[in-house]
Amino acid sequence: MSNQVDWLYTDIVKDHFMNPRNFLKNDENFQADGDGITGNIKCGDQMRFLIKVDKEKETITDCRWQTYGCASAIASTSVLSEMIKGMQLDDAYRLTPKDVVKNLGNLPEHKIHCSVLGDKALRAAIDDYYRRNGLTAKIKHEEARIICQCMNVTDHEIEEAVLEGARTYLELQERTKLGTVCGQCQTEATELLNKYIDEHFGGNLKLL
Amino acid sequence: MPGKYIYLDHNATTPLHPEVKKIITEMLESYGNPSSLHTPGRLVRQKVEQARVTIANFIGASPDEIIFVGSGSEAANTVLNSLSCPANACRMERKMREAIITTEIEHPCVLETTKCQHQRGLPVSFLPVDITGKVQIDKFRAQLNDKTALVSVMYANNEIGTIQDIKMLAEITHAGGAFFHTDAVQAVGKIPVNVKDLNVDFLTFSAHKIYGPKGIGALYVKRGTPFCPLIRGGHQERGRRAGTENTIGIVAFGKAVEMRRQEMHDEAIRLKRFKQILIDGIKENIPDIHFNGHPTDVLPGTLNVSFEGAEGESILLYLDLEGIGVSTGSACASGSLDPSHVILATGIGAELAHGSVRISMGRENTIHDIRYTVSALERVIKRVREMSTTYHRK
Repeated sequence: MSNQVDWLYTDIVKDHFMNPRNFLKNDENFQADGDGITGNIKCGDQMRFLIKVDKEKETITDCRWQTYGCASAIASTSVLSEMIKGMQLDDAYRLTPKDVVKNLGNLPEHKIHCSVLGDKALRAAIDDYYRRNGLTAKIKHEEARIICQCMNVTDHEIEEAVLEGARTYLELQERTKLGTVCGQCQTEATELLNKYIDEHFGGNLKLL
Repeated sequence: MPGKYIYLDHNATTPLHPEVKKIITEMLESYGNPSSLHTPGRLVRQKVEQARVTIANFIGASPDEIIFVGSGSEAANTVLNSLSCPANACRMERKMREAIITTEIEHPCVLETTKCQHQRGLPVSFLPVDITGKVQIDKFRAQLNDKTALVSVMYANNEIGTIQDIKMLAEITHAGGAFFHTDAVQAVGKIPVNVKDLNVDFLTFSAHKIYGPKGIGALYVKRGTPFCPLIRGGHQERGRRAGTENTIGIVAFGKAVEMRRQEMHDEAIRLKRFKQILIDGIKENIPDIHFNGHPTDVLPGTLNVSFEGAEGESILLYLDLEGIGVSTGSACASGSLDPSHVILATGIGAELAHGSVRISMGRENTIHDIRYTVSALERVIKRVREMSTTYHRK
């Protein structure tokens, strides 16, 4: 029966879902040089990357991952684990969700957010490697940082919403839908909201 | 993988009963419009009315209290929209009473419709449920007042199977002077339902959940109850639902109900036994689980279980690859980013909602299906948890 109908996602996604590559086995003693995790269970997705690094060449020699999430999330991390072996740290650092989606042969629009966490977890692992090796200068703060994992809202979007008139957490939610699923980002979002209000409107803001 | 696909998603929809298939094939020859006075028309009219009698009898109603509509969702929309009618002809006394009380665990056909009515200015309140999915009666009493026009509570929940105390809820509603509707789509044909005994004013149900075809539903309206049609423009269904009747659907619905009358009782006993085997098998082989729903006031064939550290869509798709069809309350499977509103309403938390799996059994399932499902679940959960960030055992 299942052979007669199209699968939910591409054949590549299916292949990675059925035969996930490089995931960390329970009994495996993987000596990672960098270990990073992102996402949270309440939102339904969490990913972790572990990397081994050739310190001379600054390349990723091996990696493992763990994912709590849907088929697209599992396939995203699996395909990413294949992409990064042998890759320069700098190049791996620059990978985007688009690269992951391309290597999966595409994902449905509502599943794109599942691929966002893979590259984030990888960067967290690379950052961890830099930190362990005294290379903190190499840690880049991402241009846009996702604050609300559930609705995929970045600090840039929060800033935009402030510029467009959002002054309270509720108004921010109305504009960005941020914090409408698990609500974990409320504290961080409120801090940013106040920071951007202060930055752009200083002490002269009249709360109407 | 077993030879045949094991379908365990009967709360979503059911395969046609062989007898229903047969009557649909026969009905393809009966083209008459039941409103026509000539022989082909009268022939179909007779069959439609026979189906109405069968269905009415099955739930203890009179045939003139049954209106055929396009789906369970249309039936519920019809009831709820009656409320929005300010015309005196519909006798809803809107000025006096216009508030709606419903629950947090309704099907979207009630939730979305009442939310829309709320936006149109009607007061709507959503009752919470306890951890088993039961409406909290004291909270209900506190909400009910002389502004309440209608109370709408689903009979049996589609996701967790919890059965509400409809008779008591209707009694309290009537004592408060309001009307009572129950969405009985998951109840009719699975457990005994009698509108006279329950004393409800509106009850809605559908054919495709009980081995009938898609696209045909029914609405029971107690004689004398105010009513406003949702679809106007014809005398069909005594002016209560315009549009030429879905004659094939109605006759097939009648046959499906007739078969339910014969099979429902024994099937319920069988499915309860299967469910116990599932529960025992899961408990024995899979640690860190949580059963959702009420332990006893629950549909015989429905089991909802959450697995810690395992996400529902992955479980569903791995089971599908093993030849088993279930459903999940995970956000990822819903196309939205929110996990099941029903499971969240029971208060067990988002994580367990993402990891929830609904197994809903039906008439064709065998003991072998159930045993195979237990073993497949054990394999799949182990696999998903091994990859998971949050679940690690030695």
